[in-house]
Amino acid sequence: MSYLGYPDFFEPYIKKVEGTRPARVEKRKKGEEFTFMSLQERQDMLRYHPDYKEEGRREIKVGPSKGYRIAHEFVDLLEARSRVDPDRVDLSRVDYEADVLVIGGGGAATIAALIAEEDGAQVLMATKLRHGDANTMMAEGGIQAAAKREKDSPYYHYLDVLGGGHFKNDPDIVAAFVKQAPDALRWLESLGVMFSKFPDGRLGAMHGGGTCRKRMHYCADLSGMEIMRTVRDEARNRKNIKVLEFSPAVELILNEHGQCAGAVLYNMETEEYLVARAKAVILATGGSGRLHIQGFITTNHYGATADGIVLGYRAGVPLSFLHTVQYHPTGVVFPEQIEGWLITERFRSEGSDIVNVHGEKFVNEREPRDVESARFIKECLEGNGVPTPTGKVGVWLDSPMLDILHGEGRVRTAFVGKWKVYYRLGIDISRAPMLVYPTLHYQNGGLKDNAECETVVPGLYVAGEVTGGLHGENRLMGNSLMDIVVFGRVAGRNAAIFAREKAKDGELTLEHVKVYLKELKEAGIKTDRVAPMLLPDYTTAEVKEKQLTVSYLGTLR
Amino acid sequence: MSAKQTKKKSATAVKHRARKPAATAVKEKSQIAAKLIPIYIMGKRYEVPEGLTIMKAMEYAGYILIRGCGCRGGTCGACGSVYRKPGDYKLQVALACQKTVEPDMYIAQIPFFPANRATYDFAGLTAAPEEVFKLYPEMFRCVACNSCTKACPQGIEVMDAISALKQGNITVAAQLSFDCIQCGLCTSRCFGELAQYHMLQLARRIYAARIVPRAEHLAEMVKAVDEGKYDRFLDGLKRAKDDELKKLYQEREVEPMAAGEDWKPKDTRYL
Repeated sequence: MSYLGYPDFFEPYIKKVEGTRPARVEKRKKGEEFTFMSLQERQDMLRYHPDYKEEGRREIKVGPSKGYRIAHEFVDLLEARSRVDPDRVDLSRVDYEADVLVIGGGGAATIAALIAEEDGAQVLMATKLRHGDANTMMAEGGIQAAAKREKDSPYYHYLDVLGGGHFKNDPDIVAAFVKQAPDALRWLESLGVMFSKFPDGRLGAMHGGGTCRKRMHYCADLSGMEIMRTVRDEARNRKNIKVLEFSPAVELILNEHGQCAGAVLYNMETEEYLVARAKAVILATGGSGRLHIQGFITTNHYGATADGIVLGYRAGVPLSFLHTVQYHPTGVVFPEQIEGWLITERFRSEGSDIVNVHGEKFVNEREPRDVESARFIKECLEGNGVPTPTGKVGVWLDSPMLDILHGEGRVRTAFVGKWKVYYRLGIDISRAPMLVYPTLHYQNGGLKDNAECETVVPGLYVAGEVTGGLHGENRLMGNSLMDIVVFGRVAGRNAAIFAREKAKDGELTLEHVKVYLKELKEAGIKTDRVAPMLLPDYTTAEVKEKQLTVSYLGTLR
Repeated sequence: MSAKQTKKKSATAVKHRARKPAATAVKEKSQIAAKLIPIYIMGKRYEVPEGLTIMKAMEYAGYILIRGCGCRGGTCGACGSVYRKPGDYKLQVALACQKTVEPDMYIAQIPFFPANRATYDFAGLTAAPEEVFKLYPEMFRCVACNSCTKACPQGIEVMDAISALKQGNITVAAQLSFDCIQCGLCTSRCFGELAQYHMLQLARRIYAARIVPRAEHLAEMVKAVDEGKYDRFLDGLKRAKDDELKKLYQEREVEPMAAGEDWKPKDTRYL
């Protein structure tokens, strides 16, 4: 049973939209706009934006960034117990050994592994899911680098990165980034990444939000997937890269000299905790969309649970720019197959209204992105959102208006990608509206490092979304893919050098974990929470109520 | 309950959702308004709301997925699945994160499939098709049954891509397979036991690195960077005060959206 391809649950709601559509189209035709907010109104509206919502965050009470106000969801993980009792892990029994241990399975991790291996290191990659199941795989847009001397240079790329990040970015990191980006792009080209090119080999490039030159290079609209597939394929050719899948790290291990010297890994299938010893460690665990900060849906993959933040922080690495998270106003809420999927802003700029559960307009659809997001959130908080059978809430993006305004077939031709995906799910978006809500997209900040990917812990390197500084308070499109390539390479090279030249043999220790747990206790934090989270929990409340096993008893939980 | 009360209640529910970090996809089964339908997960019957994907239906039933779940957006290929509907002899394939459950479907996931992958020194490979043949001689076991194409959740003409490769046409093989998500469902159904997705990955890399011309302008930029041409400019920016940076930012020349490849800026000082 369905109505215009949606389950018939939605029929009364869609009919409300259809009921008000003719009048709204007439207003459009007359050029009557929903009034824009004044600057003051916009400012006031931003208190609904998750980043500006003080009740959405709290001070962290322990650790190197004590006093820093970040989202509850982060603090909850940082003010949590270890998954293992550090006293019970026998560090004298080493299960795996490598020169460089890479924690993570996405783009930054794989690229770091490749470069470390080229530098002569024996590399072990510990991944939580399959190798390559990561946000890198899902990046569509493109990858930024100044590549055409006649019109662009690292100078302009630098200015753009800073403008996007509210001029708060780390200048050294940005300078290193823009300078190394062209060579990183050339390296990908040599590995056989299928960039969209002109017949003579010139790279196709487009603008992204906040770029002053067209320097967004791309592989059709599957840029991240193509990069991830290629570097993973190359890693599989290297005999000195071993990959241990479904074995996330749950604690870093240091040695008596204070150097990072491995990690405790968890085999998620056998439930064993295993000791991996290494001369240097690269943490590249990616982002945190699956924390669903303030209840938001996300574009992120299943494993994006901020594990690296927890590991690094317990080992003493401060946080940087973790107070900002990127949201996009129009992510799909339903159908749930494509939940969190981005719907381009162009639908709104061509004249699709945003309407609430009553079929009423409540906002001009071309407010700035953060204001627009905030207004959607406010509307839903006030009970005017459209519910879904999956327990979510959203607002309608009335795409069928475009066919009426611009002529039959407009949606299908101008938005063929979006139209096709919906059509496969049985919904023709030139006839039915889309249900959208702001979606959690990117962790702007993370663990503090420098332009050499070094942290305060000798031998511990970080790369990719787990870090903070490059993007300041707001990342530009196309700079996350380049981030993982540039700094994946830097981390790989520096970790290999550290392993060869600076690593000292010494007794392994989890003393830092014990100290951290003691600090939690002294701060009066009593909790059952354990971290890292590893996987989000989507079990329903009713199933949970019946999971009554008291503890590990015999063979089954 | 009056309409007003209903409204108030739903607002509270939403607020609660927005504050609570617990990331449950579905709050309580009783809140689900949609109709429940029976499905069989690996032969075992569960009732789940219609409209859910196979993946969410499994989670709804109580599974916590370790394998067979990745991007949840149809691009990573982790959740290849097979299913059969009652009264139908045909085995169907799907991505668990994309396919909506249907009444009485029998579902099994294929989270891993052992497939042959050749190891090669990519830097030493040329664009000669014989090198691909040597790495994957089983390619010629293909009997053109088209099962691979039928099994592809991406709608790729897998058999045509393999046929092109057999004929030495690496370009066509690469282009036809561009949106392959490497879920391995083609391989799971292959009569000739080919690992199509590994072969086509190799074809794409050779095509991009050996057949398509390199971007000469990129090599020139890399050379200029290596020669230190931009160091002075970047040092200047690193030292610049906030106000100065903001001024430079606001005054920077923006390439018009509609500009062609031949567009050049007026200010060439920092190029």
